[in-house]
Amino acid sequence: MTWHKVSCPASRPLERCTHTRLIEGVIHIYKEQKQKRKQKILVADDSEMNRSILADMLEDEYEIIEAENGVEAVSILQKLGAEISLVLLDIVMPEMDGFGVLNVMNQRHWIEDIPVIMISAESAPAHVERAYEQGITDFISRPFDALIVHRRVINTILLYAKQKKLIGLVEDQIYEKERNSTLMVDILSHIVEFRNGESGMHVLHVRTLTEMVLQHLIQKTSQYQISPADISIISTASALHDIGKIAIPEDILNKPGKLTDEEFQIMKSHTTAGAKLLEDLPFHQSEPLIKITYQICRWHHERYDGRGYPDGLKGDEIPISAQVVALADVYDALTSVRCYKPAFTHEKAIEMILDGQCGTFNPLLMDCLREISDRIATELNDVNPVKSEEREMRSFTLDLLRHDELTASERTLRLLEHERMKYNFFAAMTQEIQFEYTCSPAMVTLSAWGAEKLGLPEIVMDPLEDKKVLEMFCDDGLTGLSEALRRSTPEKPVVTFNTQLKVNGEERWHRIVARATWSADEPPQFTGAIGKVLDVHDSRMKLDALERMASHDTLTGLLNHAYAKAAILKRLEETPTEHFALAILDLDYFKSANDTYGHMFGDSVLKYMADRLRHSVRSGDIVARVGGDEFLIFLECRTDALAVIDRIYKSLLGQYEDFTISISMGVARTELVGVDYEELFHAADQALYTVKRSGRGQYRFYDNTMNKMLSVISPIDGSEAETAETE
Amino acid sequence: MTLQECYAAMGGDYEGVLGRMRSEKMIQKFVLKFLNDGSYDLLLQSMKEENYEEAFRAAHTIKGVCQNLGFDRLYQSSSQLSEALRNGFTPEAPALAEQVGTDYQQTTEVIRTFQEGLAG
Repeated sequence: MTWHKVSCPASRPLERCTHTRLIEGVIHIYKEQKQKRKQKILVADDSEMNRSILADMLEDEYEIIEAENGVEAVSILQKLGAEISLVLLDIVMPEMDGFGVLNVMNQRHWIEDIPVIMISAESAPAHVERAYEQGITDFISRPFDALIVHRRVINTILLYAKQKKLIGLVEDQIYEKERNSTLMVDILSHIVEFRNGESGMHVLHVRTLTEMVLQHLIQKTSQYQISPADISIISTASALHDIGKIAIPEDILNKPGKLTDEEFQIMKSHTTAGAKLLEDLPFHQSEPLIKITYQICRWHHERYDGRGYPDGLKGDEIPISAQVVALADVYDALTSVRCYKPAFTHEKAIEMILDGQCGTFNPLLMDCLREISDRIATELNDVNPVKSEEREMRSFTLDLLRHDELTASERTLRLLEHERMKYNFFAAMTQEIQFEYTCSPAMVTLSAWGAEKLGLPEIVMDPLEDKKVLEMFCDDGLTGLSEALRRSTPEKPVVTFNTQLKVNGEERWHRIVARATWSADEPPQFTGAIGKVLDVHDSRMKLDALERMASHDTLTGLLNHAYAKAAILKRLEETPTEHFALAILDLDYFKSANDTYGHMFGDSVLKYMADRLRHSVRSGDIVARVGGDEFLIFLECRTDALAVIDRIYKSLLGQYEDFTISISMGVARTELVGVDYEELFHAADQALYTVKRSGRGQYRFYDNTMNKMLSVISPIDGSEAETAETE
Repeated sequence: MTLQECYAAMGGDYEGVLGRMRSEKMIQKFVLKFLNDGSYDLLLQSMKEENYEEAFRAAHTIKGVCQNLGFDRLYQSSSQLSEALRNGFTPEAPALAEQVGTDYQQTTEVIRTFQEGLAG
């Protein structure tokens, strides 16, 4: 064993050995992970050359997945979802172009998680703009520089990863930051009040009152366009309304008696002083809080009638923030003890303000004050630092809840990803043809197994016009299906539809069970469907065979009596005015043939007869075996019934091996008997009986002379005598 | 023939492509690969079948590839052709397609000569 020089003289060989192994192990795991975590880039471009140029540039660091048109790109995105770290997208492609792909990515919200860089020779500004509007991160025009492509790809991927991390960090810090800034404002305003010899309650009262008035104001009118966020900023800023007093000498500020004119001028300057303080702030000038605080500091002594200071602004020239704070300030001054006055009661203060004894205010704000007057008394009594802390806690909890929502949505995303994986797995396992159809964009997505089974791509755009899909649906099955889905309702959205599908050149019966999806609009819009396709061909064939077995005589393959009757009833019902003839015939001396040559021979004779019967009638006629050697023919005879019957009768005669076929036949016509089946059958039966009695070997039409004749018809099980006797 | 001479002979911009791809090996690889690119055949066929939408895409692809590889002469003509076909057939398209054909033949001939030089 050879050792690299390890600068670890104290360690013994054994230790060194484990040490090196450990390092090797770590390196191995690291490499493996790096390999495993190679991020995937989807390159969608119709030119193989272009794809491989890009692949060449990037494949060292990334796993490249190629798509040669938009549909393929969408199908890959569908399959891999957020496993794709980046899409490099060409514009001009067959099937679906780059904008089509962006459309789908927007509709399915993939664009929010998967960055797209568009690469195109189309550098017309309109194209570039449209692409950016559809959410691409970057646009690289051809010819591109290898280094730039490489760098932008890395940057975009890093940016997205960082962005996701930052969203989490910011979420955590936003609350902390807000709480701290409120705290700072409180400390700052308290300093002013402390100097002013006030209790510190003034700031809290003004803030509470400002908030209450604003809340009420936005319910009354939208003319000031104040958002809940604005209310929060204005209330916070209201605490700083007197910040300019820091520039007023203490003796003037706290003078117990009336101020001289000169002193009052100085006192008035706290408004401009406060504004200047904010104006001179070397930073944060664009912050809304600073802008609002400036308005409040400078103009909270303006009057609505224009007689206030420092600028003599009038009406709504005074920002609404300053108007509200002015009102709150006056109210709290009235209800507090000042060095120059005692405290008035709430009612008195309100009365004085509404009477216009303490300046003029915006009539709207006066309305607000009047309307919330009752609540003001109780709320302000409640205001104390501890309560305020509680309020803070309440908003803290609210914030947390909101925060939770954010994390919840992240969790939801993970769950969704998990569901998608689960779905894909089970879809692959169950070996079912599953599909999802969306109207807009018009596309159908098939489960991987289903696509292979049907010989279709996993994603088919415009399936209703797709040649392959149309070929697969026989006749107008596709139209039928889509009509059935559109006929469904949001309450009963599930549709079962049987149709033949041509799969691998073979037409087979399939059952499509689908659930239509309806939008929440009023009225609901049909948006698509999900469902599966079942191959029911074999079971359907089995059923068909069973039905066939039930309806046909097993020996001759002709219909049996019951089914013949049903078929005849149907015909009579459908076209009752048509002329029909019903003939019943039997083989003369059949019993002796059976006796002489055996039953096997007898069966052969019956089969032979059945064949001849089948050949002697037209395809629309009905032929059945109704008894042992008795057969029935039901036919339409528009013209000469006699000639038709005569032709059929003669065609049946002949020789089967040594047995001479002789036939007796009775015929009844609807013209004479009517369209009642039982009567028709009975009449034919009587005609046949007449033939039998007069020596067999001929046919006769029923006439009224046969009315009282007996029946000859025997059931197939051979109890001939019984039937004959009962009639 | 060197790669640089090859570019000069076909009316390409070797300096430009080298600036972008930064590796002679890579340029050579894709220059040779250009011989197997099916876009030109697709263009010919779709022009013949009067499928101008497909012809536009083919011309557009040739344009893109040439732009990347710095085949300036062929880039110019294919670019003009793709503009002429952008919204379907225009009367000037056939003549422009002729030009693309001439330039394509000339470009691929030069590349073939270059390729033979490599083998020899």
